[in-house]
Amino acid sequence: MTETEEKRGFFGRLREKLVKTRTNLADNVRRVLTGRGRIGDEAFEELEEILIQADIGVETTLAIVADLRAKAKQERLEDTEALVNVLKDDLTEALSVADRSLTWEAGEGPHVTLVAGVNGSGKTTTAGKIAQQLKDSGKTVLLAAADTFRAAAADQLNIWADRVGAPIIRHKEGADPGSVAYDAVDAAISRAIDCVLIDTAGRLHTKTNLMNELEKVQRVTGKRLPGAPHEVLLVLDATTGQNGLQQAKIFAEALNVTGIVLTKLDGTAKGGIAVAIQKQLGIPIKLIGVGETVHDLQPFDPREFVEALFN
Amino acid sequence: MFESLTQKLDKAFRNLRGQGKLTEKNIRDGLQEIRAALLEADVNYKVVKDFIQDVQDKAVGQEVLKSVQPSQQLVKIVHDELIKLMGEEHAPLRMAQKPPTQIMMVGLQGQGKTTTAGKLALQLKKKGHNPLLVGADVYRPAAIRQLEIVAEQAGAEFFTLGEQGDPVDACIMARGEAQMRGSDVIIMDTAGRLHVDEQMMGEVRRIANAVKPDEILFTANAMTGQDAVNSAKQFNDALPLTGVVLTQMDGDARGGAAISLIKVTGCPIKFIGTGEKLDALDTFHPQRMADQILGMGDVVSLVEKAQEVVDQDKALKFQEKARKASWDLEDFLEQMQQVKKMGSLGDLMKKMPGMGKLMDQGFDVDDSQLKYFEAIIYSMTPYERRNPKLINGSRRRRIAAGSGTSVQEVNRTLKEFEQSKKMIKRMMKGGGKKKGKRAGMRMPGL
Repeated sequence: MTETEEKRGFFGRLREKLVKTRTNLADNVRRVLTGRGRIGDEAFEELEEILIQADIGVETTLAIVADLRAKAKQERLEDTEALVNVLKDDLTEALSVADRSLTWEAGEGPHVTLVAGVNGSGKTTTAGKIAQQLKDSGKTVLLAAADTFRAAAADQLNIWADRVGAPIIRHKEGADPGSVAYDAVDAAISRAIDCVLIDTAGRLHTKTNLMNELEKVQRVTGKRLPGAPHEVLLVLDATTGQNGLQQAKIFAEALNVTGIVLTKLDGTAKGGIAVAIQKQLGIPIKLIGVGETVHDLQPFDPREFVEALFN
Repeated sequence: MFESLTQKLDKAFRNLRGQGKLTEKNIRDGLQEIRAALLEADVNYKVVKDFIQDVQDKAVGQEVLKSVQPSQQLVKIVHDELIKLMGEEHAPLRMAQKPPTQIMMVGLQGQGKTTTAGKLALQLKKKGHNPLLVGADVYRPAAIRQLEIVAEQAGAEFFTLGEQGDPVDACIMARGEAQMRGSDVIIMDTAGRLHVDEQMMGEVRRIANAVKPDEILFTANAMTGQDAVNSAKQFNDALPLTGVVLTQMDGDARGGAAISLIKVTGCPIKFIGTGEKLDALDTFHPQRMADQILGMGDVVSLVEKAQEVVDQDKALKFQEKARKASWDLEDFLEQMQQVKKMGSLGDLMKKMPGMGKLMDQGFDVDDSQLKYFEAIIYSMTPYERRNPKLINGSRRRRIAAGSGTSVQEVNRTLKEFEQSKKMIKRMMKGGGKKKGKRAGMRMPGL
């Protein structure tokens, strides 16, 4: 990462990373909305198409478009440009309501973060990247390999720990993930470490036993340190379709999910399901992954996100 | 969900009865409902658009059948068209005329390539092959180590040049390695990559050009949304894909991406991943997939699952007991434990036709209830379990105390038991044997 790249900062980079997304979506929008002067039914239909193709989902899309229609009528919008602005505002507003703060401060004792999600969403990578960023900001970090199921999952996290220069707590493959989490918090307390990141095994939300196990990890963590985990991040792959809503719902039933990490936004997937999740479940997107480097994991900003999509 | 789809269609078709033919006008609302259902199932927007057009062309002009609801008539057309789209019943692996057969796994990150490679190795191993797994993912930390462990579990050969090695070289050298070890199938696990990453796509192209694999399997998970068309298209443009593997089919995603993948790549789905264990790799059934996409409840799978876990001897014993009406609490407990083996009750219910809708409406099945039942029945004496009628007030209080529940809960358990007994009696009496079986297997509504 060169210095100029650093300076360009998050939004510049996000915009750049979203170029592919943007060209697609924005070109469509422009074609639809600025191509013609007046707003016709066709414009709304094509907008609907754009939103659905972004994985926002039929229901949420219809709600958004219905609002837009009402507003267009009420405010007598005739200019398509104005319509896009209303849509942007609506989307931004829908994404802005929830609390997106990430403090990494627990007050007393270590700040504990639990990372969960379905298989292959990018939990370990996310944990590794967060660890590096915390370390860079001057905090001490401990990683906990509570994925004791997948072959070499702990090895994968271990490599991150080495890279970051952070201690790691790992048990044997097949060990109880709850005890890994407990030991990790315990170790962090006795070593006065600032932040604990617990990487859990990927699991489908339909596996009741595995969801119970996850709930236990959360509970056990709180036993060692009341109030922990302070942050429970659900990692969601941006390519996920409508099932993402169900995923988030079930995970939020088992865990006190505080936010979503939307990964793999550097492809052509738009991650629109996260919009539906926040709208319907009130779980905010806190971080987004827009690339492979550590710095490509970024705080989520609704306004910039929407702007980057449409500009 | 299927129920709600047909219900929605019924509503959309209220006025259709009495009309002679399906017309563009009178099926418009119905097609809208189908469109929404397909979109909710993650079938790509453009694919849906074409598809609905096809269905409309098929439907318009058809006589309105008297024997079935117009909604069912339309769903039948949709169902058939979906199956037609998804192609052959089963497309087997293409094996090389002269071994070794070379199989290459490709796809985005996190789709399950490494796991699938291991599953494939195990399946081939069971068929008498000697597969060689090649670790060519030098990017994801410990990916090669993961494959090595998986290879060991599958009892397969393993080869890698390590994380410092060149993935193209590793795949080229695998051929000689296979010859040395007497392996007749090579499975190459390449790194997950984004389809827009030109450098990485170049690498995977170089591998394919160098080894000319017999199979290039694009691996994608069943939860994938609208973007499936974009990634699949670009992989297909870059590589001569030969098949698709659809993973994580054990979740509750409707899996509409399957249609996008087939349509865009022109390749059949050769395998589906149905669990985390190494033997959870199945063949693809278009009929079942069509049911799932339409939310019709996967009855066939359910029946198969039941057969898998239910102990046949015990089942016979149950039948015998039920006929003789000597059904007691021990049988009740055992039956519940069998049901539990099939997965969570919620999962099961969702697979039952018509149940999806109930679940959507917030009708909840509580698995923990089973635990209470268990605890309560275990707190009874064997004598009580065989003679539930004898369980009086003081026995109930003792059982409640013993199981850490309340008398109310004991009462409820006994009541549930009585109901199950009645139900079984009715089933044994009412069911014409052959007819009952057939009705159970038939797709409802068709």
